[in-house]
Amino acid sequence: MPVDITLVKKLSKLMITANPGDHFQTLGMKFTGMDTGSCDMVLPYGAHLVGNPDTGVVHGGAITALLDTCSGMACATMLEDVGLTPTMDLRIDYMGIAEPGVDIHARADVYRSSQSVLFCRAKAYHKNQEDRPIAHCIANFIRLDDEVLKNLSESFKPFLEKVEVDI
Amino acid sequence: MSKISTACEQARAENNPGLIIEQIPYAKLLGVEALNVGEELFFVLPPSNSNVGNPTLPAIHGGALGGFLELSASIHLMMNLPTQVTPKVVDISVDYVRPGRMDNLYALCHVVRQGRKLVNVSINCWHKTRQESVATARAHFLVD
Repeated sequence: MPVDITLVKKLSKLMITANPGDHFQTLGMKFTGMDTGSCDMVLPYGAHLVGNPDTGVVHGGAITALLDTCSGMACATMLEDVGLTPTMDLRIDYMGIAEPGVDIHARADVYRSSQSVLFCRAKAYHKNQEDRPIAHCIANFIRLDDEVLKNLSESFKPFLEKVEVDI
Repeated sequence: MSKISTACEQARAENNPGLIIEQIPYAKLLGVEALNVGEELFFVLPPSNSNVGNPTLPAIHGGALGGFLELSASIHLMMNLPTQVTPKVVDISVDYVRPGRMDNLYALCHVVRQGRKLVNVSINCWHKTRQESVATARAHFLVD
């Protein structure tokens, strides 16, 4: 039985709000939706994300962070209890250029959940252009041992009580 | 002349990759630095809370690590090829082998193959010794 999705939603909110000025906040990414096996996020456009100063196009690294986070949380929804899944590897194919000035959305789906590894695919896209992704990502995540996950869950739970879900 | 083409020419003439880094907002966000040691060009990611993805360890965000590797490869190419533009990443594959700790992270790039349009680069990064990789990556870039 996968974990109660509300707990994972709480964890995702805690993750991007608990540590002021960390990488989530520095980039400005937000969660927009979550279900068992999937996750949706958005990275609002910002001048600080630019990789090419001549065109204003966002650097691939910011998209890597978005897709890694989105895929990781999609995998977390598949666990038995609230927790995280370390990234084992990821591959990103850039099929289009992110338009300068436009927010980047991400959608991740777990396509196989095995005993030790969670397999996830994700895409980055502009709104209303879902059929023309900016990038496609395949990422694999590690399923922690039961005992390790249990300890992690117990350490998270006291902090989750006060978190209000808004997705 | 574009900002990057001017920066590239000057950086290559003075062997100073910092001139390219200065022009890239995302490079400044990460806090990437370049280090010339003999013939080798190293990239450094100093510890910073703004790159943290897991505050309990604490560990560098996987995206910041991936971004550091991609950026290092891109600047390595701008220093070593006569390019006038930012190389365009086509694909990148990152293996996360050890957690990235709050300590200087070093990266070194190696051009595996330089074709007419495409370049294949491999990148390794580590804290203490290059044999103990934190992450490795391979990427393809389109160059002019």
